[in-house]
Amino acid sequence: MPNLDTLYTSTLGGFQAAHDGFVQVALAVSAFLFVIGAVGVFIRRNVITVMMCIELMLNAVNLAFIAFSRAHGTIDGQILVFFVFTVAAAEAAVGLAIVIALQRNREDLDVDSFNLLKG
Amino acid sequence: MILDVVIFYGAALVALVSGLFVIAQRSPINSAFSLIITMCSLAVMFAMLGSGFIAALQVIVYAGAIMVLFLFVIMLLNTKQDEGDRGGGIGRAGIALGIILAVQSVMVVWKGAAGLPAKHAVTVSADVGRGLFASPRYLYAFEATSILIISAMVGAIVVARKEKEKGK
Repeated sequence: MPNLDTLYTSTLGGFQAAHDGFVQVALAVSAFLFVIGAVGVFIRRNVITVMMCIELMLNAVNLAFIAFSRAHGTIDGQILVFFVFTVAAAEAAVGLAIVIALQRNREDLDVDSFNLLKG
Repeated sequence: MILDVVIFYGAALVALVSGLFVIAQRSPINSAFSLIITMCSLAVMFAMLGSGFIAALQVIVYAGAIMVLFLFVIMLLNTKQDEGDRGGGIGRAGIALGIILAVQSVMVVWKGAAGLPAKHAVTVSADVGRGLFASPRYLYAFEATSILIISAMVGAIVVARKEKEKGK
């Protein structure tokens, strides 16, 4: 069985010529996915959908990190993505625990009905 | 080669369309499946940009672990469908914010990111490991992450735990 890293490097090694335009396209996709996530946080009512929009924004930022890592020729962007993964996992675990507690106590997941702290 | 261009632009298109479906769907379970498709096509883009290790992590951690957690909670709670978009001030403010952000990002990406080179070739997991551990640069960030994970674990258990009956 061939080493996966070697297989990946040799497969992508043949693709090197056309890669220059990819960075800008990746940044554009990242920006639009972030906008979609930001709009979704505002217009959706369900708490779980709002959390998924936050995950979408985190993913968009990850794509920007990877694109800049590629453009600058350093590995640091990928390491930051690694940290974003762990923060996203922690956020999802705590957020979904809060959602379960909300459903148990209020039996409602509409964000408009949680206005206890409204002044 | 033309094949890599087709794969990359196809993945970008799929990511954008399924990203739109995430906020256009009524029921949360359809949003979750759209988000899984978005994450998998983003993994393809990561791999084409030369970050194979992060692409694998994206599929394993995001699409595999976090989204399964989301789907598990959605199915456990069996939530009602979303009753339409949020009207009123907040909904309109969200649309306005979206338009402003979209215009700004088009300007920035069009002007600022034009002609960015693609310097780094293909990196593998060994390069990421060396970057993370070879120098003490990320030592404190790494240790802080472990504290974050253990406190998130404890917090999730405490918050989601069923309260004991009073007086027992």
